[in-house]
Amino acid sequence: MVQTVLGQRNDKPGDPGYEESLARFEARIARGDKVEPGDWMPDAYRQQLIRLIHVHANSEICGALPEGTWICHAPSLKRKMALVAKVQDEVGHGQLLYRAAETLGKSREEMIDELISGKAKYSNVFHYPAESWADVCVIAWLIDAAAIVNQKMMAEGSYGPYARALKRICYEEAFHLTHGYDMCISMATGTKLQRDMLQNAINRWWEPIMMFHGPSDKESKHTEQLMKWRIKLKTNDQQRQEFLQKYLPKLFNLGLTVPAEWNLKLDPQTKEWTYAEPDWEKFIGVVRGGGPVSAQRLETRRLSHEQGRWIREALTAAARGQRAPMPAA
Amino acid sequence: MTDTQWPIFEVFHQQTRGEPHVHVGSVHAVDAETALLMAKEQFARRQACVNIWVVAADDITATPYEDADIFEHGTDKSYREAFGYQTTKRAKAVGDTEEI
Ligand SMILES: [Fe+2]
Ligand SMILES: [Fe+2]
Repeated sequence: MVQTVLGQRNDKPGDPGYEESLARFEARIARGDKVEPGDWMPDAYRQQLIRLIHVHANSEICGALPEGTWICHAPSLKRKMALVAKVQDEVGHGQLLYRAAETLGKSREEMIDELISGKAKYSNVFHYPAESWADVCVIAWLIDAAAIVNQKMMAEGSYGPYARALKRICYEEAFHLTHGYDMCISMATGTKLQRDMLQNAINRWWEPIMMFHGPSDKESKHTEQLMKWRIKLKTNDQQRQEFLQKYLPKLFNLGLTVPAEWNLKLDPQTKEWTYAEPDWEKFIGVVRGGGPVSAQRLETRRLSHEQGRWIREALTAAARGQRAPMPAA
Repeated sequence: MTDTQWPIFEVFHQQTRGEPHVHVGSVHAVDAETALLMAKEQFARRQACVNIWVVAADDITATPYEDADIFEHGTDKSYREAFGYQTTKRAKAVGDTEEI
């Protein structure tokens, strides 16, 4: 097993040999080489990756919550089975990602605890409630679409374990996206009530969706370094633009609209969408736990962590050859 | 709360009989038996799979990446590859027109 070598890594500016190691590291990245867990890497590279992968993993776990709520209210058995499968995938993605982050030296346990205690962040979109079945359709189509733009890019990144996990994740996301689009087509071509429900959901979700890829390049402080080290390959604004270019025409094609205040216009010259700048202060407030259902999400997560404790303890006891304790009645 | 920081098992997955087992990732588990269960849930949910191996990560001995130069060939080793020979051309010249 490739272990992360602790102890003296000389991986911070000012450490002996740091500049030489950094030059070699950056030359490797520029060649398109992948970085593996035991390799020398700057501490800043390690910390940025831990931060990003941790938030990504948390988002997969929290993303299962709004959808999970709707499993029992799915309109048909087929939709229900698909939703169960998607929710299971998302939780699986969370586990794959915690594992990838662990190879950088932070334990899964610590990451799970930091999510529950509210110390670690997760995606802005999961701080909002899924009010109707149409919300489930919008999440599965447009939020998964936005996530795929991001994950496809990250899958080409320089850190081997993260890139490998993302390749697998992207494969599964293809089903989420297709099923999400399928559900939205059903709603959009259904009764007036269904169309109105869908439009209403889009109206409510459009702001979080516009914020999904993170602050504008003008405000985002880490971008340059992240791109140099090929942790990220596109800026937040580039990802947002890619999402709009691909999905806005599909959305309009279904007879749906986007709230007028976003002032979305296609520039005929650049073929790029221009739009009203999202309120980034509001975004920061939401991801820090100030969203409409932030508290409820963490409470649900904490509760299910507690409710699952007995089975973790039973497994541990059984492995030691002891009798498994039963949950308190 | 350190109740799930269990040992790591590396997971190898075989798609069809006769194919090699391929490393697909890893899981945390209390023992090999539960690792198989976790691996099945995590890595065999939809793609074809006929067999899974799990190996305790601690039991794997690996070469360090810093020593990748041990794999560099000191000399031209094309003599041990089929492509190192122009035999098709030479066989034709001596009248052998069949595939070699
Ligand atoms: Fe996912
Ligand atoms: Fe997904």
